[in-house]
Amino acid sequence: MKFSVMVNEGPYTHQAADTAYHFTRAVLDAGHEIFRIFFYHDGVHNGTRLTTPPQDDRHIVDRWSELAHDHDIDLVVCVAAAQRRGILDKEEAKRNGKDGDNIAPGFRISGLGQLIEAGIEADRLVVFGD
Amino acid sequence: MKQIDWSSLVINESGKVVKKFMYVNRHAPHGTIYPLEGLEVVLIGAAFDQDVSMAFIGDGVFQLNKGQDTADSGMKNVAPTYGALGDYEVTKLYVEQESLDERGLELNDLMNLTWEDEEENWAEKPSIRVVSRAQLSDLLEQQDVILNF
Amino acid sequence: MLHTVNKSPFDSHSLQTCLGLAKAGSDILLIEDAVYAAMSGTAVTSMVESAMSSSTIYALESDLRARGIGSEKMISGINLVGYDGFVELAVTNDKVQSWL
Repeated sequence: MKFSVMVNEGPYTHQAADTAYHFTRAVLDAGHEIFRIFFYHDGVHNGTRLTTPPQDDRHIVDRWSELAHDHDIDLVVCVAAAQRRGILDKEEAKRNGKDGDNIAPGFRISGLGQLIEAGIEADRLVVFGD
Repeated sequence: MKQIDWSSLVINESGKVVKKFMYVNRHAPHGTIYPLEGLEVVLIGAAFDQDVSMAFIGDGVFQLNKGQDTADSGMKNVAPTYGALGDYEVTKLYVEQESLDERGLELNDLMNLTWEDEEENWAEKPSIRVVSRAQLSDLLEQQDVILNF
Repeated sequence: MLHTVNKSPFDSHSLQTCLGLAKAGSDILLIEDAVYAAMSGTAVTSMVESAMSSSTIYALESDLRARGIGSEKMISGINLVGYDGFVELAVTNDKVQSWL
C-alpha cells in the first residue's frame, strides 16, 4: 500500500514531527511504500540544515535526511510556507535576493500541487500536526 | 490487507482518478495561520479536477463571519478570498449547524458566498450549505482524502 | 474510518468533536497528549466509555509510557498498540482523519 504523510508542525515544539517519523518508519518496516512526505505550515522547519539540538537529544532534521537517503523518500517542503518562514534552497535564495540558503539534505522545495498529488496517488494520506 | 476497490473510484474523461477531497476547517481566523494556509491548499487543489468540498466545524465557522476588517490589526484579510472559491469551482462549503448554534451564529451572520451553475444558465447559487452534525458525519464517511486545517 | 486524536481532552475539544462525528464502528486512536483520555476516573472517562460501546478505542503505548500512565490507571477495554498497530489500523480502515 502507498502512504503519503503530511507534517504540519516544526521539530521539537510539537510532538507531531516525532509521531510522523515513527509512523513513517513503521510503514516502511511493514513493507509498504511512502509516496511522499509533505511539510506544511511550521512543518517546513523540519527542513532546515541549521538546527543544533543538544547532544543528548534526538536530531529531528538529520533523522529525516537519513530516512530520505536510506529509503529514497521524497521529502517536500511547501514553497509558500517556506518563504514565509525563511527556509530556502540555493535557487530560492538567489531568486529572492537572500544572502544564504538553509535547506537540509534530502529535502526539496516545491508547490502545494505536490500535496494534492500526494493525496491522489497514495492509498492513504495521514496528517500529523497540532 | 484491504485492497482498493478500483471500481468505486471515479475516473474522469482524461482517464485520471477523481477522488473526493474534503478540507476540514476547525480554527478561527487570524489567531493562527491555519485558515489562511488551508485556503491556499484549496485554491491550488482546485486545479486538479478532484471532487472538492470544505467543512467548517467548531471555531472554523468563524472563518466565514461577515464584516471582518483587519486594517487595525495589520493581519492579512483572508475573508475576501472565500468569495473567489466559486470561481475555482469549490462550491460545497459545509457548515455545521451545531457549531453555529454554540457560537450564537446564524446563516445571516456569514458571508454570502455564491457560485454560478453553468448547467442552469449561470444561475447564482449559495455555496454555504448548513448541515447537521449527523449529516456532516455522513459526508466525512464519503470522502477519499481528508485534510485538516 | 480511522480517527486519530492528539490533544489532551482537558485542554481541547478535539476528542469531543471526534466522538460527536465518528460513526458507530469507527476505530479511534489516541496519540500524543490525547492518551490522557485513556485514564480512568477523570472528567472525560464517561464520555470515552460511552464511545467504547459503539467504536473501538486504541491508545499508542509509547505515548502512554512516556506520560507514566500504567495499565492500572487506564479505562478497562482500551486497546494498546505500537506504531506497527497504528499502521495496521491505517491499512484496514479506508482512510484516516486526524483531529488536530
